[in-house]
Amino acid sequence: MHMADALISPAVGGIMWATTAGLIAHCSRKISTTLEGSRVPLMGVLGAFIFAAQMINFTIPATGSSGHLGGGAILAILLGPHAAFLTIASVLTIQSLFFADGGILALGCNIFNLGFWPCFVAYPFIYKAITGQNPSRGRIVTGAVLASIAGLQLGAFSVVMETVVSGISELPFETFVMLMQPIHLAIGLVEGLVTAAVVTFVWKARPEILSMARGVAVRTAPSFNGVVTGLAVAALVTGGALSWFASAHPDGLEWSMAKVSGKEELDAPADGVHGMLAGIQEKTAFLPDYAFKAPEHEAATPEGEAPAAWPAVDAGTSTAGILGGAMTMLLAGALGLFLKKRQHRA
Amino acid sequence: MSHHIVEVQDLRFAYPDGHEALSGISFRIHHGESVAIVGANGAGKSTLLLHLNGCLVPKQGMVRIGDFPLTEKTLPDVRRTVGMVFQDPDDQLFMPTVYDDVAFGPLNLGLPFDEVDARVRSALATVGGEHLAKRPPYRLSGGEKRAVAIATVLSMSPNILVLDEPTSNLDPRARRNLITLLHGFEHTKIIATHDLDMVMDLCDRTIVMHQGHILADGPTREIFDDDRLLDEGHLERPLSLR
Amino acid sequence: MPKIDTSLFEIGTLDRLAAGNTVVHALDPRAKLVATLAFILTVVSFGRYEVAALLPLLVFPLALSIQAQIPGPYLLRKLLIASPFAVMVGMFNPLLDQTVLLHVVGTNVTGGWVSFVAILLRFALTVTAALVLIATTGFAQVCMALTRLGTPRIFATQLLFLYRYIFVLTEEGLRMSRARALRSFGHRGTGLKIYGFMLGQLLLRTMDRAGRIHRAMLCRGFDGEVRLNRHLRWRRKDMLFVCGWLGFFALARVFNLPQELGQMLLKVIP
Repeated sequence: MHMADALISPAVGGIMWATTAGLIAHCSRKISTTLEGSRVPLMGVLGAFIFAAQMINFTIPATGSSGHLGGGAILAILLGPHAAFLTIASVLTIQSLFFADGGILALGCNIFNLGFWPCFVAYPFIYKAITGQNPSRGRIVTGAVLASIAGLQLGAFSVVMETVVSGISELPFETFVMLMQPIHLAIGLVEGLVTAAVVTFVWKARPEILSMARGVAVRTAPSFNGVVTGLAVAALVTGGALSWFASAHPDGLEWSMAKVSGKEELDAPADGVHGMLAGIQEKTAFLPDYAFKAPEHEAATPEGEAPAAWPAVDAGTSTAGILGGAMTMLLAGALGLFLKKRQHRA
Repeated sequence: MSHHIVEVQDLRFAYPDGHEALSGISFRIHHGESVAIVGANGAGKSTLLLHLNGCLVPKQGMVRIGDFPLTEKTLPDVRRTVGMVFQDPDDQLFMPTVYDDVAFGPLNLGLPFDEVDARVRSALATVGGEHLAKRPPYRLSGGEKRAVAIATVLSMSPNILVLDEPTSNLDPRARRNLITLLHGFEHTKIIATHDLDMVMDLCDRTIVMHQGHILADGPTREIFDDDRLLDEGHLERPLSLR
Repeated sequence: MPKIDTSLFEIGTLDRLAAGNTVVHALDPRAKLVATLAFILTVVSFGRYEVAALLPLLVFPLALSIQAQIPGPYLLRKLLIASPFAVMVGMFNPLLDQTVLLHVVGTNVTGGWVSFVAILLRFALTVTAALVLIATTGFAQVCMALTRLGTPRIFATQLLFLYRYIFVLTEEGLRMSRARALRSFGHRGTGLKIYGFMLGQLLLRTMDRAGRIHRAMLCRGFDGEVRLNRHLRWRRKDMLFVCGWLGFFALARVFNLPQELGQMLLKVIP
């Protein structure tokens, strides 16, 4: 479910980063003011635990294929929402930096998709609600499974929205959704069962860990309702609207840059904007009163409109582009060799 | 006068699950002494050690370190006086590099940058680890980790060193190096260990613990000559005495 | 997710590379961080059909990695390992976007292929830049630079601790995994229930470890704040580095450099 940089438009990436950064700042403040210093090593070590857990796989019952743990739900149950969010953020950061699992721009999206939903939605509204003050085995299992499924479904849906609104991948909305949701339903179920198994184990062996974690969650719960949800919702709504707008100017940045440098190619994008808008709206319309468009329609739409019109490539410029591109590569290579020679001499 | 004396009086401790780990421990250790605490697993050695620098605060009985009786309030002072090296160095080396770990203590004491730097270098030099300063902990061998763990405590300039199983998991050479190192320290040393040969080399006095109380407390040589006593404590003669 | 036991080794390699001694290594970590972030933003801001215009940006990771003596094959290998994901999703583009954009040497090239290549190129650029950053700065320094640039301390501390203990814990996990492998046959013994037990044990041990670490921290005077004793000095070199590269990125973004170059050449060539 990790997204790569290449698929996110700067607008979407930027907005999600802003949201995530805000959440990180909020959680950090929350932790330093309300929780004791013992959280610090615990969070680090539990994050490492998730890495280790992801390394060990298990065979999924009916299928025989192997699966592994995601970790969001377990962290939320053990640490409370704020510490868990930071831990998930840190795990994803390291994965993105060292294992190239997703890009840096996309990191904001990934942290949100994999962290926000399990910690601030699934955990409080589903797990905590179901397990209550005195959990029983049945409740733990149900709570864990439902919370995992919900968290992953919401996360998967976020991925779809972010990708589609970015407009870089050509995958149409309906296809993408039909791909992502069922797969993640299955993944969510498995993750839920694993989470349930681990939590039940801990609960039987050392119940005080769970009640302590719950105490933490309860103590810090009241404010999250107001601030975080408000923050996140506002960010999402504005973000959604802005990205809509930004994607309508396919690469709003390039468009304005081109205007600044005064190139002729400009006129084409201006015409294309409306077509693009229409294209986008058709792609993402999913409300019941709109009919679902078949994917081929998608490819057909651009014909008379935007994508063909911009970036106004004609034979002359394209040859120039290719020639220039080749020269650039040669120059870059030459620079590389030059630097290497200097290295050896030095 | 009560200058760096470690005094324990009738210390008792029971874990939350009811298990009584210490059932009335009393002893007194003077400045500069080198004392070994030996006994079977479960005898209460680690629990006792935890009381010596305030990780556990006595609920029954008294612990006195130098001028301070051990209470919640005197914890910071006690921790400045007593440096504790734990069994698993990985628990003690938690910073990105060796330098950071050794600097952790002094920085927390609020010392200025240059002073911290001087202390770190001196501590690392003492344990022979200057070349390790920039290494991350996961790239250290067992012996190196042990040495660095000691340095992390030395940089706080404690008067008393408490070590929990310092030679466990060390190869013979690393073990010998460690023993030589400890030999050179003038601090008061309290060492909990199974390594009875090291005790012979290093400690003049030995306290034998068994099931939460003290079986014997006296000169090392005498204790290791007493087969009946050793047997009662689930111990054996060290190899060098056989 | 790539296999951790080999990837762990790679973290070690990155750390080793970061301990190097070149001009690049000596730069202030904040400078390198800012430049890399600006680079990534620039790359990602290009339109989806822009391929040629992206090419000049290759210079940034190329120049840095050579100057910092980071082995090219190593970077390539990491890129290859990570590439399947970008390939997988970008793969649909040639199928779905059939509009012909260019005519090259007699063949029609569709928008789908152009955007696919663009995706791959952007992927290569951003991933390499991130790797080069870590390989020339080291993770701890990057975290510190982050705090100086406004990241909350607790989060930076979390990153450091996580990084520190990944090795310890994954080794424990690996040992458990091996032990299980020795006692399981086919699909027996690797099911969900066992997995639950294993993770449960590992978790309890982990929490105990956390307690011990906390204890060790308290014994050394921990008061809630983790301090790193390093002095960062911003020098002229660092300023030049940042301004120079940022200027270049802006240039490459506004002007389609290869295009310009090509047009110039076309004028020259009869």
